[in-house]
Amino acid sequence: MSPGHYLALSTILFTIGAVGVLVRRNAIVVFMCVELMLNATNLAFVTFARMHGNLDGQIIAFFVMVVAAAEVVVGLAIIMTIFRTRRSSSVDDANLLKY
Amino acid sequence: MSASNQVSAVLAQGGAIPAPHIEYGQIAPMLLVFGVAIAGVVVEAFVGRTWRYTVQVPLAFLGLAGAFVWTIVLGWRDKPFHVAAEGALGVDGPTLFLQGTILVLALISLLLIAERGSSGQGGVGGGHFTAQAAALPGTEAEQETMAAGITQTEVFPLLMFAVGGMVMFPASNDLLTMFVALEVLSLPLYLLCGLARRRRLLSQEAAVKYFLLGAFSSAFFLYGTALLYGYAGSVRLSDIAAQLSRDAGSETLLLGGVALLSVGLLFKLGAVPFHMWKPDVYQGAPTPITALMASCTLVAAFGAMLRVFYVAFENMKWDWRPAMWGVAILTMVIGAVIAITQTDIKRMLAYSSIAHAGFLLTGVIATSADGLSGTLFYLAAYGFTTIGAFAVITMVRDAGGEAAHLSRWAGLGKRSPVVAGTFAFFLLAFAGIPLTSGFTGKFAVFKAAIEAGATPLVIIGVLSSAIAAFFYVRVIVVMFFSEPEADGPTVVVGLPTAAAVALGLTATVVLGVLPQPMLDLAGHAASQMFVR
Repeated sequence: MSPGHYLALSTILFTIGAVGVLVRRNAIVVFMCVELMLNATNLAFVTFARMHGNLDGQIIAFFVMVVAAAEVVVGLAIIMTIFRTRRSSSVDDANLLKY
Repeated sequence: MSASNQVSAVLAQGGAIPAPHIEYGQIAPMLLVFGVAIAGVVVEAFVGRTWRYTVQVPLAFLGLAGAFVWTIVLGWRDKPFHVAAEGALGVDGPTLFLQGTILVLALISLLLIAERGSSGQGGVGGGHFTAQAAALPGTEAEQETMAAGITQTEVFPLLMFAVGGMVMFPASNDLLTMFVALEVLSLPLYLLCGLARRRRLLSQEAAVKYFLLGAFSSAFFLYGTALLYGYAGSVRLSDIAAQLSRDAGSETLLLGGVALLSVGLLFKLGAVPFHMWKPDVYQGAPTPITALMASCTLVAAFGAMLRVFYVAFENMKWDWRPAMWGVAILTMVIGAVIAITQTDIKRMLAYSSIAHAGFLLTGVIATSADGLSGTLFYLAAYGFTTIGAFAVITMVRDAGGEAAHLSRWAGLGKRSPVVAGTFAFFLLAFAGIPLTSGFTGKFAVFKAAIEAGATPLVIIGVLSSAIAAFFYVRVIVVMFFSEPEADGPTVVVGLPTAAAVALGLTATVVLGVLPQPMLDLAGHAASQMFVR
């Protein structure tokens, strides 16, 4: 299988994630879509590492995983706090700040 | 050298792995800030609640001051700069200038964050941060924590982690380090945004919005990095520049990578069309954190932007300049025009910050040593003014917290002329009136942009400064030429806040009246440009 297929898959996953962020209403689902985008990036990094024949891309993938894990901790804490206050995790309900 | 070659070379030596060479002296400011952040976490774990505040504040203060002194020493020695830590960090003139600026501005923000005030009527009473973020707003648990007189001290380690990320961000010489620095500076800020003591719903909403949009934009940054890695086979900025000058590799990957990377960077500086988070977050966040974001984060983001576009993409400036022109024009005009309609004072300053990001982008577009030094000067001048302005906002208070609505500021000039006069001076500096630092900064970047052939951009910049001057002057008119309300806000002056205002005011006056030493410093820092 040519590396191009993996890149195509990575692009498709990234696009699904980006569209998901834009159209979904639940903050948790929006956040999951961001994670999907990060995983699509990892796939691209590993594929490019294979194509260039160096290991940089694979190392970067590990860094991305660690950063994504840290982001989950912070993100879920913030989403949990607003859910406990408002009894809703819909991003449409948080509408006090506008204009 | 590629990593697989290194691996086979090591195997041939029989397992003796050479340790990487780290220049600890050059990266000591970053290490010091991160070290103090970790020490702050340990303090949170082991020091009793009553003592935490008295330990945390001096610790954070000493960490930032020590890092600043070390930065000055590094700049003083002024040897020919070279990259540090196996090429991951570039500690050079512009970086040291930016790091010094960030550290000083963070020190002034620390004064605001450390303000605990007296719990008198309408006072700051326990500081700007909620005693316990986990206690729900309006519940008994919250009232209990308030009554127990608990003060929030976790903000200090969070602040130090954020500042550590900020001093690392402009120094990052490869895109992976830059991504890690971006996350290290962003994640604590997301949390800090949600910790306001009053108007907690607004604060939590700001945190959610900032977090979701920030994570979204850093995913774009990362995909841009992946595409550039595919283009150049390395994420080192100098390797990307070398691949560009060879004119090899896939142009699709290059252009896609540059575009996505720019989205991530432009989001952090709040350039139109990636500015939507800025008004919401600036309004909802606790005001000391808004001051920190409006000054230090902006400096750090512009530092990274300058490094990426001056080192990696300088050879393709004919490709990115038109897009950047468009972004700069939109940022200046939309920031200035929408600010006119705002009625919340923090929101108005957020739009003003967007407009200033546009003015600063003209310095980036110039791509010259003059553009670099002008941007450096502007960042320092704007940082001091904006911290001072937000510090004044924390002082003008109603029963329920800060007097956010503009109409509440009516007649403040008659009630407390000193505070209103200071705020008016900061607004004039934002507008760029001569004899304030804002004028010198704008003059420096616009001059560089004209020399680089961007005259139309400068004309639009001057016009939008004129539009912006309208709403600054409107606030001054409201403060000085309207009758005070009977139940108007009170001015509560705490010592740390007053010190922050005084420092911001002094810097704004000095950089306006006697700008030459600072201009020389910025010019000297920019003269050797970035290391590669």
